[in-house]
Amino acid sequence: MLEVQNLQYQIGQHAILNDISVQFQPGLCHLIVGPNGSGKSTFIKIVSAEIEAYQGKVLYEGKDAKKITKQNLSQYRAVLSQHTELSFPMRVDEVVLLGRNPHFEISPSKKDNQIVQDALELLSLQNLAGRNYQTLSGGEKQRVQYARVLTQIWETPQEGLRYLFLDEPLNNLDVYYQQQFLSIAQSFKNDATILIGVVHDINIAIRYAQQLYCFLNGKIVAQGVPETIVQPALLKQVFDIDTSIVNHPQTGKPIIIF
Amino acid sequence: MAPKSSLFFIVLTALLIVMLLIAIAFGAVSILPSEMWSALNHWFTGKEPATIYESVFIQLRLPRVLLCAITGAILAVSGVLMQGLFRNPVVEPGLVGTSAGAAFGASIVFSLSPFMSPSFKSVLGPFMVPLFAFVGGLAATYLVYSIAKDKKHISILSLLLVGMAMNAIGLSGVGLMTYIARDPQARSITFWNLGTFSGANWFQVFVTGMMAAVCFWLAQRQAKKLNVLLLGDQEAGHLGVDVKKLKTNILILNTAMVSVATAFVGVIAFMGLIVPHVLRLLIGSDHKKLIPASILMGALLLTIADVGARLLLAPAELPIGIITSIVGAPLYIFLLKKFQLNQTN
Repeated sequence: MLEVQNLQYQIGQHAILNDISVQFQPGLCHLIVGPNGSGKSTFIKIVSAEIEAYQGKVLYEGKDAKKITKQNLSQYRAVLSQHTELSFPMRVDEVVLLGRNPHFEISPSKKDNQIVQDALELLSLQNLAGRNYQTLSGGEKQRVQYARVLTQIWETPQEGLRYLFLDEPLNNLDVYYQQQFLSIAQSFKNDATILIGVVHDINIAIRYAQQLYCFLNGKIVAQGVPETIVQPALLKQVFDIDTSIVNHPQTGKPIIIF
Repeated sequence: MAPKSSLFFIVLTALLIVMLLIAIAFGAVSILPSEMWSALNHWFTGKEPATIYESVFIQLRLPRVLLCAITGAILAVSGVLMQGLFRNPVVEPGLVGTSAGAAFGASIVFSLSPFMSPSFKSVLGPFMVPLFAFVGGLAATYLVYSIAKDKKHISILSLLLVGMAMNAIGLSGVGLMTYIARDPQARSITFWNLGTFSGANWFQVFVTGMMAAVCFWLAQRQAKKLNVLLLGDQEAGHLGVDVKKLKTNILILNTAMVSVATAFVGVIAFMGLIVPHVLRLLIGSDHKKLIPASILMGALLLTIADVGARLLLAPAELPIGIITSIVGAPLYIFLLKKFQLNQTN
């Protein structure tokens, strides 16, 4: 379990996150939505232990995140950020292999190389494996980064959990790959995985989230199963838009019409 | 990739050995292989050199060629490290103030040397130049780095602009020292600005070689982390690299070896730019290969440049810095242009 206790974060006088307490169970897909500036990206940066100057506690299975060494953490916690550029030419498979760095001392083992191949296959990137990363489109780059992030925590740890954080991973992606990204995340997670993502598209969030969190002004104003919490009144409060809700003809899940 | 790159290393090593032999043989006087052999024999058995050629070989040519090769390797590795650190292909030690700061530090020692007591000079003297060069180089690099950096990012434009200003400060410092120095000291200072190996001796080879060996070894140990840093500070942090510590280590390593090289042979521009660029095209961006390959290629290219410097106007000599600048500056402009285009795309 990933537990957040009384989390406060401010930049100067400006409070970004305001007394957040929440628990994330393994095995579920936790997705966060909210308007720009609601603090969701900052929240991901704090729970993934990138930012440390906060008040309150972030507990990885009861252990204070601030007390876990970065090196140790990197073996079971991976983060996919918005976009990553390279200044130097590098092959796609070399970029993906960087994800295995926390797991080998000097040279990658056979197993590391095999994991890279499996990840390339999972993201349908085999044909791009030998290409120069710099020449790829924005969407292709994002898929390569996703493959790299998954290789970092490819294997379920012998004991304890692995943690996957997705910080607005769907930018630059077309509809097909948006769906692919989240269904891969769903099949990747298991009972030993904590999966938390920030997503912009509310309908995509409803479709894939098992637990949905609505952020507004640095607070979580609603959380729970999407079918029960998504109501026009909540959407009016959070996004300030008037909406109608219909049910998806196949899945029966709510669909928001703006 | 693997067989291709091992072949690459073999070819590069062979070329370097051939070039070193050529560099030893040719110059103001030519030295035959048989003379090299007998000179080495006499040297190792502790006998006096038999001919003037043998002593030219032992006392002048050999240290010069070795110092040149070591310096080339240092500048090339330093270029790889700096570019990896700043994640930018247009950075090299000459452009961010390291060389100018080191030259300034060394010039202080040179112009003050007439005022030092003889006993002080004989004990600490030989170490004063490298030490002051190191302090000067480190101070200049650190200043450039911290001025150019805003909260998170380090903009390449401000880095180059601040570096330019730092170069101006360093070189005007050298100018001032030249102005107040006495004649023989002033001449030694002038040499640096253009770079020269004509004064090479075994002491310099020893100090630079030791420094290079230690720094190359330490640099190779950081190669894996430098690879991860290619993804950026944030991603490297997620992959467990202590980015701040890595950057500090690289900066110190780099400054140490560049400063020592600069203290003895002067400012040799653009070597740190050319070698990494060519190598990335040939063998890719993996630092585990880039660092050893740049040792070989840096040594090779600077040896070629030095042979050119000696032969083009023989028996007179061209400062080597002029040759590297003539070749390097156009490449630098080309890279800047290309990098600019990449960024606007």
